[in-house]
Amino acid sequence: MAHYLLSVHGPAERGEFGDYGSREAMEEAFAATGAFNEELKTSGYWVFAGGLEPAATATVVDGRGEAPVLSDGPYLETKELIGGFWVVDVPDLDVALSLAAAGSKACRGVVEVRPFEGVA
Amino acid sequence: MRAVERVFREEYGRVVASLVRRFGDIDVAEEAAGEALVAALEKWPDTGVPPNPGGWLTTTAGNRAIDRLRREGQRDAKHQAAVMVYDDTPHEPTGPVEDDRLRLLFTCCHPALAPEARVALTLRLLGGLSVAEIAQAFLVPETTMGQRITRAKKKIAAAHVPYRVPAAADLPERLGGVLTVLFLIGNEGYLASGEGAPLRTDLMDEAVRLARQLRRLLPDEPEVAGLLALLLLLEARRDARVRDGQLVTLADQDRAGWDRALIAEGHGLVRECLATGRPGRFQVLAAINAVHTDAPSAQDTDWSQVVALYDQLLRFDPSPVVALNRAVAVAELDGPEVALALVDRLPLEGYHAWYAARADLLRRLGRSGEARDAYDAALAATRNSAERAYLQRRRGELV
Repeated sequence: MAHYLLSVHGPAERGEFGDYGSREAMEEAFAATGAFNEELKTSGYWVFAGGLEPAATATVVDGRGEAPVLSDGPYLETKELIGGFWVVDVPDLDVALSLAAAGSKACRGVVEVRPFEGVA
Repeated sequence: MRAVERVFREEYGRVVASLVRRFGDIDVAEEAAGEALVAALEKWPDTGVPPNPGGWLTTTAGNRAIDRLRREGQRDAKHQAAVMVYDDTPHEPTGPVEDDRLRLLFTCCHPALAPEARVALTLRLLGGLSVAEIAQAFLVPETTMGQRITRAKKKIAAAHVPYRVPAAADLPERLGGVLTVLFLIGNEGYLASGEGAPLRTDLMDEAVRLARQLRRLLPDEPEVAGLLALLLLLEARRDARVRDGQLVTLADQDRAGWDRALIAEGHGLVRECLATGRPGRFQVLAAINAVHTDAPSAQDTDWSQVVALYDQLLRFDPSPVVALNRAVAVAELDGPEVALALVDRLPLEGYHAWYAARADLLRRLGRSGEARDAYDAALAATRNSAERAYLQRRRGELV
């Protein structure tokens, strides 16, 4: 078994209904994502998952010097950021890819599949 | 080429594929195959080539791999592989077809790998081509090709790309990449890009063999039938294509030297494809070759049908190389002047076949000086010995 990060990418700026066009669309996506999460748990591939607050809520900490330096905002200035993710433990890449396809359909977002080098 | 090298080339894909299955690691498989070659080079000149050279190489390579894994057994990643060596539990079912090479082919053609890396990796692992030869075939620097192959192998290992033929439901969507790669292997066998043997019969045999297996796996896919037909119709002309070390063009080939059984099989497949009514790139290519192999002589070829088929092919594959081949057929229908105008428009600078086609058309138009320059450019762009010999003779015949 191998661990993969399935990360969902979306715009850095979110509107009233998150990354979605309307309240209805947002609620549909949330319901579908919830169902997908349940399937992941049933299948035994689930490790951890979560949606992230908007990037504007991030704080960057640089603790390499004598005193930590804090700065407001995300580490990278970019139009696309990770909005949420799943961590799954599956037999191989093909399973991870098929889960990513189902997750992408559920949450209406593009999903990047990236293997973990190791899990602590 | 020396016997050892020839045998090694022929057996390389089988040896590597079987080691990848056993050790689950492409680098281990390649290193061990290389060590087995060194052992063969030391031993075979004295003892002679063993009766089953492929088996000898696989066994020797397997033993070398086990030795190496034992030595490096402390390291984590390799330790895992070393455990597998001693693990006598049966392998998991690997998919609908039990053939190491087909499994390796589908691994190399995984959609998670970049398309150009798929072909390169397949030629390296199954065809045994050197990185330099692959770079030459793709017209890119050797370092670029080396990095491309290394990156692909690393992704297979790090991302756990599975080593198996995908489940039946996933086969059709994986098929396009696999067919393209088999076609390119066949092409390299049909006219090798490197300086070695002008025709790589081992590669063509391998492409045909894998295409036959694919057809058993997917009997209802017309493009699989099309590719197999195409490869058979190319293979059928093999013995007539080189004479006295020189390439013989289609027009000058001794058609009595064509393999009639292969042609009959190829034509049967093309008819089957026509009846299916779902045309595609490889079916049309096969149909073009069916028209050529149907004609009792070059003059009797139905050139208008060939041009019409190229028009259809351009819809599936609108590449300048297809347009070049179409122009060569147009020369037979409408004359060299019309064809030359088409050829000159194509962005194929640096491509040997483009220079060779121009040279021939200029020769037929009596423009000897320009033809000579074009032959020189073609000679500079190809390292295939039989093609060079043909081009040199043609150039020498110019008045």
